[in-house]
Amino acid sequence: MAGISACGVHVPRMRLPLSLIHSPEQRPSSREKAVAGADEDSITMAVAAAGDCLGGYERAVVDHLYLVSTSSYFAEKSAAAIVAKALGLRPDVLTVDYGGSLRGAAAALRAAVSAVASGSAGTVLVVASDTRTAEPYSAMESDLGDAAVALLVEADAPLRLEGDSAVNRQAFDVWRDDGTATLRSWEDRFVVRHGCIEPVTAAWEQLQSASALTPASVRFVACHAPDVRSHRELAGQLGFRGEQVIEPLFGRVGNCGSAFVPLLLAQALERAQPGDRVLTAFAGDGAHLMSWVLERPLERTPRLSEQLQRRIVMRSYRQYLQCRGLDPGQRSGASSDGISATVSYRDQDADIGFVGARCCDCGTEQYPPTRVCYRCFARDRFEPVALARRTGTLLSYSMDYFFPAPNPPVVAGVCALGGSARAYLQLADYAGETLQTGLPVEFVFRRIHHSGGRPAYFWKSRLIAGAAAPALEPGVTTDA
Amino acid sequence: MRESLRDRVAIVGAGCSSFGENWTQSSEDMIVEAAFEAYADAGIESPQKQLDAVFCGALYPSRGTAEVAESLKLFDLPITLVQNYCATGTDAFRCAAMSIAAGLYDTVLVVGFDKLKDRGVAGPSVTMTTTRGLPMTPAGWFALCAAKYFETYGAGRLELAKIAVKNHANGTLAPKSMLKKIITTDDVLKARMISWPFGLYDCAAQSDGAAALVLSRAEQARSWRREPVWLKGVSVMLGPNPQSDPDFDFLGWKPTRSAAQDCYRQAGISDPFRQIDVAQVHDCFTLTELLTYEDLGFCARGAAKEFIDSEVFRLGGELPVNTDGGLKSFGHPTGATGVRMLYENTLQLRGEAGARQVPGAAIALSHNIGGAPQACGIVILGRE
Repeated sequence: MAGISACGVHVPRMRLPLSLIHSPEQRPSSREKAVAGADEDSITMAVAAAGDCLGGYERAVVDHLYLVSTSSYFAEKSAAAIVAKALGLRPDVLTVDYGGSLRGAAAALRAAVSAVASGSAGTVLVVASDTRTAEPYSAMESDLGDAAVALLVEADAPLRLEGDSAVNRQAFDVWRDDGTATLRSWEDRFVVRHGCIEPVTAAWEQLQSASALTPASVRFVACHAPDVRSHRELAGQLGFRGEQVIEPLFGRVGNCGSAFVPLLLAQALERAQPGDRVLTAFAGDGAHLMSWVLERPLERTPRLSEQLQRRIVMRSYRQYLQCRGLDPGQRSGASSDGISATVSYRDQDADIGFVGARCCDCGTEQYPPTRVCYRCFARDRFEPVALARRTGTLLSYSMDYFFPAPNPPVVAGVCALGGSARAYLQLADYAGETLQTGLPVEFVFRRIHHSGGRPAYFWKSRLIAGAAAPALEPGVTTDA
Repeated sequence: MRESLRDRVAIVGAGCSSFGENWTQSSEDMIVEAAFEAYADAGIESPQKQLDAVFCGALYPSRGTAEVAESLKLFDLPITLVQNYCATGTDAFRCAAMSIAAGLYDTVLVVGFDKLKDRGVAGPSVTMTTTRGLPMTPAGWFALCAAKYFETYGAGRLELAKIAVKNHANGTLAPKSMLKKIITTDDVLKARMISWPFGLYDCAAQSDGAAALVLSRAEQARSWRREPVWLKGVSVMLGPNPQSDPDFDFLGWKPTRSAAQDCYRQAGISDPFRQIDVAQVHDCFTLTELLTYEDLGFCARGAAKEFIDSEVFRLGGELPVNTDGGLKSFGHPTGATGVRMLYENTLQLRGEAGARQVPGAAIALSHNIGGAPQACGIVILGRE
């Protein structure tokens, strides 16, 4: 039966130590939250998770893309279409945006399974991605985080959907209205009781009565909850104990909205063995429980642990506020005209798709695509060449302290794109490593700016892990 | 076929406004200051009658050709605005020279100007026109060769600092310069970082300025003045964008190399270091000047460090470079810069450069490079 055959995750590398929220001093703190960098949002994180998920797959296999997010940059405009373009999916892929609901990922997975079971799609990519922003300094802030998870749904999949059960219970527990940057919530005990525990328990009872499931028959439970205490309480109330309960990552990632339960599912899949049953418990104006059975090992185990280890620890709370656009002294850039919509429309294959051109006559690869070849001067003899999944080389770099950024310097330089093509790119997730030319880089999709109130998405280079020597300070101060 | 303009055109008058943050001067004020100095220098008393055409260069004009026509009340004359990145002023000069060589005109005015400080931004603006380009600053563009060059040839920020120190010292000797301040290598290395490897003193400031030249057909040059300055070679070359050029080597700028080759051919230069007596080169950033030493063939590739250390490019050295302090001391009102360099070289070749005079200077070169950078302009002038 239909189910999940691959799982990709993206936990942004930025971590805000929770101690920095109320104290300017750096204190050794084991508790932190994952924060999208200033150049990340739910759209770019979705691309990263989907890229991780599709690692070994031909992009052409994907028939539908369902993007789930409560925090798209846009209230009106399809984020899924941007993600599809960045991933290089076929132009006839059905793109669907699931918005608004914290349990949207369950609905999207349910729809994906139905689509492949009915034969209307062979492969569906479901991506849940959220950045969650609380009022600065609020109690809720410490419990929220940012992440994205992508799940590939196919007809004959290793992780089979066995059954599901949903209840709807509207409540003003946690919500955000159009035009407000930060989440609002009612009193925490109401949020825990009627936003989560009551509906999840009801859905679990409903699922048990419709099937032979018992707590003992479940190996792992991946369970939504607003905070660590309520998570413990809910798991206990559902009848799960000890190792059955997937650790909810509060103090490491935080509740990352629609991606939260999928992220815990990824964690379960790192450990699950064939025959294991995994229960996913989504909540948000009701609850949706899904029961999965791992029929055989996934071709590739999710790489969540690896991503939890790669961290860039923020130095100040202000840096976090700037990443969120919440710092009062910040230049928004929204007042300028921004990039012409017609220019970005024409350039989208190159800019969002990161597609270059290869000369059919002399083989020279070029980026951006041009009409006349740099080397043999042939006109219009090009075929498109996808560059995003290549590894490249840093050919030059400078560290710009002039460009406004939350954490200067902005590192930029020319990279070789795995062939003769080259591009001037910013270096993403730079953490002060010692730079030199020739370092290998990979390419990541990021939001360059939002001048004119419109996000401009483009690719950046990123040092391949372990390639450069880590340094406490960038090379800027030592060179003379 | 590539014709040469050698000895077909002469500079018979030169003028230059004060460069700086000219808050109380408009472009009109600066254009008038520069042009009337050039008129007086050439002996032009009735420009409306004596000039045949005007070529002006400005990268940030508010009204373009009308800015010059209205300022100087030059009407019923052909006036053309030329733009070519940082080589804008140099290209305006080239177009004027070509118009004379083509036989159209006898006497042509060249005006280079820009009024950057009316734009309301403290530094160069951050370019935001396409997605791919972002974020980009001129410092980032011109730093493109830094990492690779330093790794390959062992030079570093100290050599760059010595260039800044030299140009600042020269600038104190130029009456019309913006910055008249002696600095030390320590000042340069300790200044705040703008874009590695460029600290504050590695970067040229933005400023306002205008410069003007009167050009004459060779046959009539001596009717204007006894010792005109002769055009020996002029070249403008475009190179591929170094950010996307699949064959860029990150060790120097292609357009300078090709423009130098073309210009040396016209001027009959085979050993630039020995034959050229004085040079004004584009020092928008200190590294630009360092790379230009090599791109112009003043020294071998990789030898700039050694040449800088032996002080050959200082005043009193074998080949003084940026005798008036360069962009470092004058700032860079883009359209004016190339013409300002020609003004300085004209003074040098006439022996009128005062405390910064290079004794006996007979051949002078000026050079600009701009864009990503992609555009280079070079002019070689001679006394004979």
